[in-house]
Amino acid sequence: MSTVDLSAVSRRQQWMSILASADRDALEVVCRPLGDLIRVRCQWLRAPETGLVMVRGRIGGSGAKFNLGEVPVTRCALRLQIEKNSSTGAAWVQGRDVHHAELAARIDALLQIPVHSEHVYGQVITPLAAGRSARRETAARKAAATKVEFYTLARESLAG
Amino acid sequence: MYIAVKGGEQAILNSWRLLAEKRRGDARHAELSLAQIREQLGLAVDRVMVEGSLYDPELAALAIKQAQGDLIEAVFLLRAYRTTLPRLGVSLPIDTGTMRLERRISAIYKDVPGGQVLGATYDYTQRLLDFQLAVANAGPPTAAQESVQSMPPAPRVTDIMGGEGLLAPETPTPGDPVPRDLTREPMEFPADRALRLQNLARGDEGFLLALGYSSQRGYGNTHPFAGEIRQGMVIVEVEPEELGFPVEIGEIEITECQMVNQFAGSASMLPQFTRGYGLTFGACERKAMAMALVDRSLRAEELGETVTAPAQMQEFVLYHSDNVEASGFVQHLKLPHYVDFQSELELVRKLRARHAAHATVSLSPSAGAEAA
Repeated sequence: MSTVDLSAVSRRQQWMSILASADRDALEVVCRPLGDLIRVRCQWLRAPETGLVMVRGRIGGSGAKFNLGEVPVTRCALRLQIEKNSSTGAAWVQGRDVHHAELAARIDALLQIPVHSEHVYGQVITPLAAGRSARRETAARKAAATKVEFYTLARESLAG
Repeated sequence: MYIAVKGGEQAILNSWRLLAEKRRGDARHAELSLAQIREQLGLAVDRVMVEGSLYDPELAALAIKQAQGDLIEAVFLLRAYRTTLPRLGVSLPIDTGTMRLERRISAIYKDVPGGQVLGATYDYTQRLLDFQLAVANAGPPTAAQESVQSMPPAPRVTDIMGGEGLLAPETPTPGDPVPRDLTREPMEFPADRALRLQNLARGDEGFLLALGYSSQRGYGNTHPFAGEIRQGMVIVEVEPEELGFPVEIGEIEITECQMVNQFAGSASMLPQFTRGYGLTFGACERKAMAMALVDRSLRAEELGETVTAPAQMQEFVLYHSDNVEASGFVQHLKLPHYVDFQSELELVRKLRARHAAHATVSLSPSAGAEAA
């Protein structure tokens, strides 16, 4: 894989992460202004399907793998044909919301069409990413406020 | 053994209706919404998710509502639901070291990189009933905020102290094999540590708490210290075949506990600290700690310790940790055992008759005199 491909993959991973972790209502809101672009007829490569992913951990955080428990996930894959451009989008989204997965896959497909990429990124990914950063920052600020400096009470010397 | 019976349909239907009415309670009071349960009974939701072995706060809230707050019944509902869904894949192992921390404490080092973060804890509350909560509150309380953009990196305490070789390292098994999965294959003994941890992760908190406590009181003492407890959000990634690269499907809240245990050494191991590990969905700190204690106890054989106490016995622990199984077997006693019981009645009647006959013969007048 060339470095160009790697950066394309990492860009795609980044937006797929943001799409997956977005609140469904927030995702709908940012998609709405895309108008017909988000509603274009799609061909399902894999219709939305809800199932389970087994979450694995490592013993002690760094040791052998073990199965912790499952999490529901909804996945789908679709092909969009917009004028001469065809594109394939996929989504793997935590939860049971098929509409969330469909929107995520549609955006994933649109972002891979050069003529739409920049517009869709600015319209959808930028605000969702900002929202996520803000939520994470707030959580970090609240946790940081509970950071504590413990000091030990040293025992007085018995000899004294 | 129980037997099949017929009839009672109307009574059963009416029992369902009565249950529905009881569940709803006095209709003059507002009905609970799932959002209320999810948001305001979050620790109950977390417990149902981890013991139900399904990370879905919405469904756990529904299960709690449906079970009228009977958490073991709710766990059962969630377990039953999960069997209706196909397995789409497995995640890459989550990295607890990069967790977005909400809480992180160490009882063995005062100053740890990343600091001690209390988070939202009952530890420092006074356990006095708060009657303010009994009346509808004026407005939602707000947490204090410190002006930071993110928490500083906080490596796992056990990784920091690994350096001197004083703490037994945890490294992947050679070849990093696929762990056995007890939802796919029956439990077999001896069960390796990965399989044991899966069992303990979904095990009943009360059972693990009692066993962990028993190990502290001397039934297989493990000399534990809470090396680190951390709770927060971790990213879950899968690597779908059709994509060929990992994608994040979202984040889950987890609690991790690393117990550090004194170990005197054995023929093959120098004296050092060994570990017990606990990992749960949600904020389930007590469960994670109990799990870590029991995990360490169950390593007795591997570490050359004599197995004497219940907490060290694999079969005892792993066969009795699951509250869905335990509840099922205890509660099956309510099923019709009429035939069984009839035959036992017959038997007891015969024994009594024989006993009476024997007593008439053997009880001499002198025996009566003794009693008098």
